[in-house]
Amino acid sequence: MGMTMYWNPKIECMPKEELKALQYRELKQLVNNLYSFNKFYHDRMVEHKVHPDDITCLKDIAKLPFMYKQDLRDNYPTKMFTVPNNEIVRYHVSSGTTGKPTLVGYTQNDLDYWTEALARSFTSIGIGPDDTMQVSYGYGLFTGGLGAHYGAEKVGATVLPASTGNTERQVELIQDLGVTAIACTPSYMIHLLDTAKKMGVDIQRDTKLRKAVLGAEPWSESMREHIESYGVRAYDIYGTSEQAGPMFTECEERNGIHICGDIMYVEIIDPESGEPLEEGEKGEMVVTMLKKEAMPMIRYRIKDITMLMEGECACGRTSPRIARISGRTDDMLIVRGINVFPSQIEYTLLQIPEVGDQYMIYVSREGALDEMTIQVELRPEAFTDKLEDMLALRGRIEAALKKYLNIYVKVELKAPGELPRFTGKAKRVVDTRVI
Amino acid sequence: MDDNIITQLSIFVNNEPGRLAHIASVLRECGINMRAFNLAESTEFGILRAIVDRPDEAFEKLKSTGIIVKKTDVIGIVIQDTPGSLFQAADIMGKAGINIEYGYAYTGRTTAAFFIRVDDPEKAVKVLKDAGIRLILDSEI
Repeated sequence: MGMTMYWNPKIECMPKEELKALQYRELKQLVNNLYSFNKFYHDRMVEHKVHPDDITCLKDIAKLPFMYKQDLRDNYPTKMFTVPNNEIVRYHVSSGTTGKPTLVGYTQNDLDYWTEALARSFTSIGIGPDDTMQVSYGYGLFTGGLGAHYGAEKVGATVLPASTGNTERQVELIQDLGVTAIACTPSYMIHLLDTAKKMGVDIQRDTKLRKAVLGAEPWSESMREHIESYGVRAYDIYGTSEQAGPMFTECEERNGIHICGDIMYVEIIDPESGEPLEEGEKGEMVVTMLKKEAMPMIRYRIKDITMLMEGECACGRTSPRIARISGRTDDMLIVRGINVFPSQIEYTLLQIPEVGDQYMIYVSREGALDEMTIQVELRPEAFTDKLEDMLALRGRIEAALKKYLNIYVKVELKAPGELPRFTGKAKRVVDTRVI
Repeated sequence: MDDNIITQLSIFVNNEPGRLAHIASVLRECGINMRAFNLAESTEFGILRAIVDRPDEAFEKLKSTGIIVKKTDVIGIVIQDTPGSLFQAADIMGKAGINIEYGYAYTGRTTAAFFIRVDDPEKAVKVLKDAGIRLILDSEI
């Protein structure tokens, strides 16, 4: 692989003890600031009977209260912000669990650290000024497109902001512009490879595409093997909007995702007891963003399941590594890279008087792309004997869900009583995707 | 005039094996005979339209078992065994501005008919009768 390149060797290869000392200083300062100047964090700490003076070493972070997605919802839109509005330079919006979405605000420093993390990550997989990167994540409220865009520009790559869709054209652009790297969801990558094949384009022979940075939805080693059979080396990228967006990737060794320890502190806890777990033990990830200004995150329950990896990485970076995300501790689904909570579907259906309150969600993978089907029960009063009326109703439900969830959902009308009733914990989601 | 308007049952059915059989068995249990029917389908559901003897009783019975059912007024045009017979009726309604929403055929013991659902059944009955078109009577089915 040639000489290992680092974007910021001083931080990336810092001795572990030095990094811990740095993390402690950042944490201490963050807690002091928030306790003194922010009502939400101040109240939360008082409620939890913890004072900044109680934090005397990095491990004391466990004394601090957790934060939850519900906190973001309760404080929508901007009540969590800890800087004046004129310091906010960008918003991104992702789905919330019900009703209101999750809004994330960024100061210029927040954007700069996000980009810095990506510059380190892209450099670690050999993406630099000689590369042309096609960004096929959605651009817009979703963090993927703009995040990858600025990261790639930072390392001097040429960026092609393709966004999603129009896949044949994307294949043509890969050929015409000599694209060497792509950032997208793993399922879109497979769809793109299928499309190229159908067009008679041999990726290895007819294009220069050799690297893919894939994330925003769960994927597996078997998907990696499939993608790599086309001669494209695939790397996992991780990050959610609460952290900033996609930020951290595997390095060339592909032995865990390197977390920039100066930017984010990771704990793994037992999701039931909340107790910290050791390296190598799988549990729920809890993140503390050490540099964030606009919307700090302390011990945020991200709900992703992973573990901290033991030992040193052969790449020479000392930064902590997490394993591929292996699941969630809540019922969030990721469909075509978009977060979907069953509660959002329930909320949308409640607004539609023609259907009952029972529903079932089926998620499957047709070819490379996810399909979501929602079954609902028609109320007898809403029945007319005209097929077109029924199809129009179905269309209206699909449109309402599309508007709210931001993805196409297929709706099926069922007769009352057709859907299962649950006495204990409802199992409304049937996910048959093989990932 | 009322005898010209036929009560049809419209039933919401899921497209799953055994759903139609279930409806048929409910009707059989109370000895109700299905005279004519038609099924309009979408991918996951269909609308069964049926002309039965004793529609009121059938309606109550189906409803009590939780089936979505509705009564709909239709009219039955007696079809003569001559070319253009259906065209003539359709043409009369078209000129009178009556919209035919759907229709289906019926072959009875004594006569053949075409059942239609129109947006204004009373007016349809009037213009068809005025033009000398014979309509099937409830008592004839």
